[in-house]
Amino acid sequence: MATLNQPIYMDNQATTPVDPRVLEAMLPYFGERFGNAASRNHQFGWDAEQAVDTARKQVAALINASPKEIVFTSGATESDNLALKGVAEMYGQKGDHIVTCVTEHKAIIDSAKHLEKQGVRVTFLPVERSGLVNLDDLERAITDKTILISIMTANNEVGVVQDIREIGRIARERGVLFHTDAVQAVGKIPFDVQAMNVDIASLSAHKMYGPKGVGALYVRRRNPRVLLTPIIDGGGHERGMRSGTLNVPGIVGFGHAAALSMNELEEESRRLGALRDRLLARLREHLDEIYINGDMDRRIPGNLNISFAYVEGESLLMGIDDVAVSSGSACTSASLEPSYVLKALGVGEDLAHTSIRFGLGRFNTEDEVDYVADKVTRTVQRLRELSPLYEMVKEGIDLSTVNWTAE
Amino acid sequence: MAYSDKVVDHYNNPRNVGSLDKSQDDVGTGLVGAPECGDVMKLQIQVDDSSGVIEDAKFKTFGCGSAIASSSLATEWVKGKTVDEALDIKNTDIVKELSLPPVKIHCSVLAEDAIKAAISDWKAKHPAEAPAETAG
Repeated sequence: MATLNQPIYMDNQATTPVDPRVLEAMLPYFGERFGNAASRNHQFGWDAEQAVDTARKQVAALINASPKEIVFTSGATESDNLALKGVAEMYGQKGDHIVTCVTEHKAIIDSAKHLEKQGVRVTFLPVERSGLVNLDDLERAITDKTILISIMTANNEVGVVQDIREIGRIARERGVLFHTDAVQAVGKIPFDVQAMNVDIASLSAHKMYGPKGVGALYVRRRNPRVLLTPIIDGGGHERGMRSGTLNVPGIVGFGHAAALSMNELEEESRRLGALRDRLLARLREHLDEIYINGDMDRRIPGNLNISFAYVEGESLLMGIDDVAVSSGSACTSASLEPSYVLKALGVGEDLAHTSIRFGLGRFNTEDEVDYVADKVTRTVQRLRELSPLYEMVKEGIDLSTVNWTAE
Repeated sequence: MAYSDKVVDHYNNPRNVGSLDKSQDDVGTGLVGAPECGDVMKLQIQVDDSSGVIEDAKFKTFGCGSAIASSSLATEWVKGKTVDEALDIKNTDIVKELSLPPVKIHCSVLAEDAIKAAISDWKAKHPAEAPAETAG
């Protein structure tokens, strides 16, 4: 076995490392090519503008959009905010209702809650045990006052991929704009704004081996032409939808990352899917009572979210401290509540506390997968020996009948 | 979050892991917490009937590293004490010993509860001892 670089990074839904090829493409724009892309009267500005144009084409190509439909932002949180608030304000005369769902990223949920305070009505659709939105629920939620449907493509915690094509069809049929937070999906699975009838989409560079601090919003220009009220006012950059001097090195990196993802998507998704299956098979070989959270088939290839029953997530992370993964356990978050996404899937709080998200990415190897699987297995076995719950279950006690002394 | 060396030590080398026979007369069992809350501690004591001294203690814990460390430490501390002395162990002593941060104070509270629950279970099995102690 080759020597492993430690700690092992397996948290690629949180962020991805910058691909060295991306970094190389960016470097000149921190140096001699420092110009402002909005400077129209000298070489420095022209160079920067040209680099941004190239990146715009690269990002557009990845999602089958036209370059003019790409609005660069500071990241997906800004993109999500702009999509929801921009639509709500621009189309306020037309209607006052937005449909979204409970497992969305906080940038969507909190933007929607912000709009609720301003009088916009928001329907938060539930999800099924699989993590998928029920399309009949969606159809029923739409009224003649609905101006926007916002449903994420792939979930950041459980990796579940919604039926975007069908949601796009419904939205188009009902004449409602459709936004999707596509951050976890673009570059990982095929994503085509034309075929899927997507009107607005949020993208992020740092989830596809690009730099942090740069993202984009795809905004459809025809059939229908989508207009957004900006949330940042200023010099009128990005077709007036997002003012502010462009982050040229970041955008160059984003474009390069998009081009690489496009070229390598098919092979990479096959490789990650195989690594993911290998990880799961190896865990199942020695461990009983492990439960996959979210639909296993409709899922981005790099995600595996598992509950290791009777072993609290943070204690498991502590035992695998040379591996970077994340947990849905309350103990790992500031809120002291276990993951709202798992809760929405109907995963009991007891099992939510035992969940681990493995996020495989471009730079993970088979050796790393084997090492992680074996280390997790040993740690779970050790902690189950320490777990009163595991002991009780093995004695035949039904934990749901125990009178717990919850505080 | 960084863990204190003592928490890491208890996590890696938990003391007194295991179970005592809860049906035995000289064993007191405390089971506190709930799976939905992410913490369950089982703490057991074996008490010498004549002296009231805790001769052995065992634990099993479902919970974060700080919960495991708090209960591991609790078993170390109760051993050799009389049940009345063990009742004086305060959660704040555990917080201090393990340098627990504010978000982990509930782990120490649970460990104190586990000690008290084990002792009250033992006392329930020995109703005669209680008046004798107050008389003495």
